[in-house]
This record gives sequence, structure tokens and C-alpha cells, in this order.
Amino acid sequence: MKDLRALRKKGAIYAAALFFICFGAFPFYWMLITAFKRDHDLFNPESNPFLFNEPSTLEHVRLLFGQTLFMKYVVNTFLVGGAVVLITLVIAIPAAYSLTRLAGRWGESLGVGIFLTYLVPPTLLFIPLSRVISFLKLGESLWSLILVYPTFTIPFCTWLLMGFFKSIPRDIEEQALIDGCTRIGAMVRVVLPLSTSGILTIVIFAFTLSMQEFIYALAFISVSAHKTVSIGVPTELVRGDVFRWGPLMAAALISSIPVAVVYSLFLDRFIAGFTMGATK
Amino acid sequence: MAQVQVTGITKYFGEVKVLDNVNLATRKHEFLVLLGPSGCGKTTLLRIIAGLERPTRGEVLIGGREVTGLPPRARNIAMVFQSYALYPHMTVFENISFPLRTQNMNRDAIQEKVAWAAGLFGIDRLLERKPRELSGGERQRVALARAIVRMPTVFLLDEPLSNLDAKLRASAREELQTFQKRIGITTIYVTHDQVEAMGLGNRIVVMDQGRVRQIGTPLQVYWEPADTFVATFVGSPPMNLVEQGEVLMGFRPEDFLPIEGREEEDVERFQFEVTWVENLGAERLVYGNMAFQSRNGRVVSRLAPNIRVSLEAGKTYIFAVPRLGIKLFDRNTGMLLRRVSGVGG
Repeated sequence: MKDLRALRKKGAIYAAALFFICFGAFPFYWMLITAFKRDHDLFNPESNPFLFNEPSTLEHVRLLFGQTLFMKYVVNTFLVGGAVVLITLVIAIPAAYSLTRLAGRWGESLGVGIFLTYLVPPTLLFIPLSRVISFLKLGESLWSLILVYPTFTIPFCTWLLMGFFKSIPRDIEEQALIDGCTRIGAMVRVVLPLSTSGILTIVIFAFTLSMQEFIYALAFISVSAHKTVSIGVPTELVRGDVFRWGPLMAAALISSIPVAVVYSLFLDRFIAGFTMGATK
Repeated sequence: MAQVQVTGITKYFGEVKVLDNVNLATRKHEFLVLLGPSGCGKTTLLRIIAGLERPTRGEVLIGGREVTGLPPRARNIAMVFQSYALYPHMTVFENISFPLRTQNMNRDAIQEKVAWAAGLFGIDRLLERKPRELSGGERQRVALARAIVRMPTVFLLDEPLSNLDAKLRASAREELQTFQKRIGITTIYVTHDQVEAMGLGNRIVVMDQGRVRQIGTPLQVYWEPADTFVATFVGSPPMNLVEQGEVLMGFRPEDFLPIEGREEEDVERFQFEVTWVENLGAERLVYGNMAFQSRNGRVVSRLAPNIRVSLEAGKTYIFAVPRLGIKLFDRNTGMLLRRVSGVGG
């Protein structure tokens, strides 16, 4: 009896896990087979969409790398992402630290206020910001994105880091002050090493946020060579109502795999970062 | 010369006055204990001395130098927090050497000093461990070693024993005192535990509601309390206080004993109606009523086991207090009155 019940419980858990594995893996599977299917196979309503009905082909991948500037987009994405991460770290860390430790009771409400600016949708903001970009003569340049992306990464990351800094006992910092550190010394030598998982979280977050951003990139950049993956792929591979599904999926697959790998490597720390920010 | 001197320290947190014109000075090599209930301002005073908090008014002098506006790093002090505040990401060696590394001391000197401090507390074998791998007692030693390693002018301790269990606490007390005597660094120790205060302090500063009530040796504080607060805060059970006309009469429970065998001594006699007897083995606590109104509810007598008089609840006995053991306090202000006269039985 007891064994049977335990078995059933186990079975249910495995069934649920299996369901979510399929759910999570399906998009990758779909991208993978679409990227290697022949066009005839893809567009034939008779063929089974989940399987290869005809031999696979490298034609789409070849097209992606040969006839579009995909590699250039990837490089651009990393350039923008890296620069945005750096700017975010340089501004969000001191901001979050001073809001949690130095601003007293105003810090908390200021932090929430900063977070609220993150919620203003880019679909509204890109209009005034495009004036700013044209005023600064940064149109068609990656610098426009490097300048604009921190407007949403900094508020979010500042708020996230505040949760981390708050979780570090004040005693430890004061001990560092007593042991001969300045405020900034205490922050660098004690607070930052204790917030590695928080800092890692905001690095990943700022990078993926800027990687997936679409609207600003679409609004500010139309020269092919300066596009990022998020706009380059859809604008170059969708022509009018013709969707080049094969290369589209190949591009999507190639750019999503590194992110997926990084996420799963740091999943634990990532979750810790979020719950910590959420509870206190 | 006083190692630490604070004059006229007043501190407000918003509207709340947490320290009210505090003055005190430590003597050289002294172990000074700040004792008081929680919220009396003792920790705030310690933090002001450390430089973690700024006084609203008043001055702090360390080693004869005014340091009121200076940050902690400019004061050459060491402090041990209640939580020990070890750096969790550093090994024991890195923790202990941290105050030296912030002063850019050279490597060999650091090695030597850390070895000395670790040896002093018997933690040489733990140097490679991380704080989370240590027991409570070991953590405390690491915190003390880190505090002592650069030979500070003053040693500030904020309830360092309150995280230890009762057994460990007694031995830690002993260790702390022998160590302080050996090193001879002026020490200011904050606690709310009167047993710790009596056991450790050369002098005790009793504080309440932001004010210093009394500064004195443990025996002075115990036998000559400056006011009724000190009288009832120090000692367990506290001093008996009974109303007698315009004054409050105070006497320690261990002074309030049956008359048998003490007829010859210079004593005051009282009728004592026993209501309850508690036998704790090492002592007997006898609760009851006197003809006077008591401040603490009931009057207590504390009998050592060698006093074998049998006492029963519900009966009235003659009890006596040595005349020297009677303290009189002003009924309104609670202050000790110096003259002892006019006590009637």
C-alpha cells in the first residue's frame, strides 16, 4: 500500500517534470529542425511539421552567414551589451549602496521611485529619446543604444542590488570602518565581495535586457552594418510578407543558446538574487 | 591620564534623547563596564566613542586627543560587536590580519603579529578556516584576536558574550579578564547582565534612560547604590525597598535574616510575615510582608544554607538587618540619603 502510494507520488512528480522539460525544450527543438529543413519540406502542408520529411540541409545556415551580416550583428550585440553592462555597474552599484546605507529613510522610497521609471514602456519613451539622439547626432550609431539602454537597465539593477546590500549586516561594514577602512574602502573590500551573486545577477540581467531590446534599436538604427541581432534578424530576413523561416530560426537558435547556457550555469545564484531582492 | 574621556555627551535620535549629558573617564589599564537595561543608551555611548555615531553635543577624547569629529579609522580603537562581525568571505588569517592590511603593513610583520594574536587565544590551528566553519566560542576568539592584533589604545566590547551558551559564558568571562590583565589595554565593556558587570569590571557605570546613575567599583555599586534604580537593577533578588514615612529604606535580601543567633549584633528588628519559601538548594528565598509598604511588592530574605532556622509560610517571625546594611533613599527623587538615623522598628 505504502509503496504504491510513494510510487504514484514519484510518478506524478516525474510526469510533471517531463511535461515542463518538453515545454521548455520545444522552442529549441522547433528552431533546430526548422533551421535545417529544406524549404520544400517547410512549406509543404502535407508533411509532418515535427519531423524531417526530406533530407536536412545547411542551405539556411549558409545563407545566414553568407548573405546577411549576421556575424556583424552578433559582434554589435556584444559590443552594446558589454558597454551597457559596464555603465550599469559603474552607476548602479554606488547608487544602490548609497540608497541603502546613506540616504536614511528616504532611500527606500527613492529606490521604489527609481524602479518605477523602469516601468515606463519604451514604446512611449522612444519618441522623446529619438529627439535626444538626433540632438546628440548619434543616429545610426551603436552609441545611441549604449546611451539609451542604461535608462532601463540602471533603474532595475539599482533596485535589485539594494535588496542585496540590505541583506549584508551593518555590523560587518562598521567593523571594516573600525578596522581602518574608509566608507568606500569598506564597500570595495567587504560589501562588494559579499554581493558577488547580486553583481553577477545584474551583469546577466543588464546584458540580456539589452540583447533582447527591439524598439529603440529599430527606431535609432537602419544601416545594416550597425544593427544588433534583435533587429537585424527580423528586418533582414522578413521581406514584406516573405518570412525566411530557415535562416530566421538558425539565427534565433545561435543567439539564444549562449544565453540559455549562462542562465542554467548560474541559475541557483540567480534565483537567490531574486528572492533576496524580493523579501527584504 | 584618562585613556578615554567623554564630556557632556548628549545624543538625539530625531526627537528622542538617548543620551543626556554623559560624563565619564577611564583610568589607565582599567576594565570599565557600562551596565544598564536595554535602551538605556549604553551601546550608543560605545558607538560614539568608536566614532560610528556622532554626538549631538559633547566631546570625546582618546589618549588626550580630541576625536569627536574623526572617523573610526583615525581613533586607533578596536571594537568587538555582539555578532562578532567576522568577514564571512575571508579566512581566519585574513580576518585577523585585516586591520593590519588596511594600514599597509609589510607581509612579514603581519605574519608575526597574526601568529602572536592567534597564539594568545589558542586559535593557531584555525587560521585557514572560514568563519562559517567555526563554533560560537571560536568565532568570539577570532573577533578578539582581530581586535587586539594592532594594539589599539582602547578596546570596546559590545555584549560579546551574549551569543554564547551559559556554560561557555563563565569560562569566556574568566578568559577575557585574564587576557585584559595581561595585555593591560583600557577596555570598555557594554552589557545588560549584572553578573558579567560585577565579575569583570574594575568599575561599573550604571546607566538608565540615557543618564549615568552611578560610577563605582562593583562593591560600591552593590552596597552603596546611588539611587533606587541602581539598588534594584543590581543584585538578584534586588534590594528590598520599603516606605517608611518620608524615606525609602533599602536593605539587601542577604542582610535580612532571622534574629536567632544575632541578638548581640547592632541590628534593627522587624516583624516579618512569611508568605512563601523557595528552597533553591544553595540558598533559601523567603518572601513575605512587613509592617511597611514595599516598593517591589514583597520583601525578600535570602538565607545561606548554613542558616537552618525552620520557617513556615503563614507565620510571623522576628527578622533583623545590621544597622550598617540599611540605606535610606529620598522618597521622591530616589537618591541615596547619606545620614542613617531615625530608623524605628
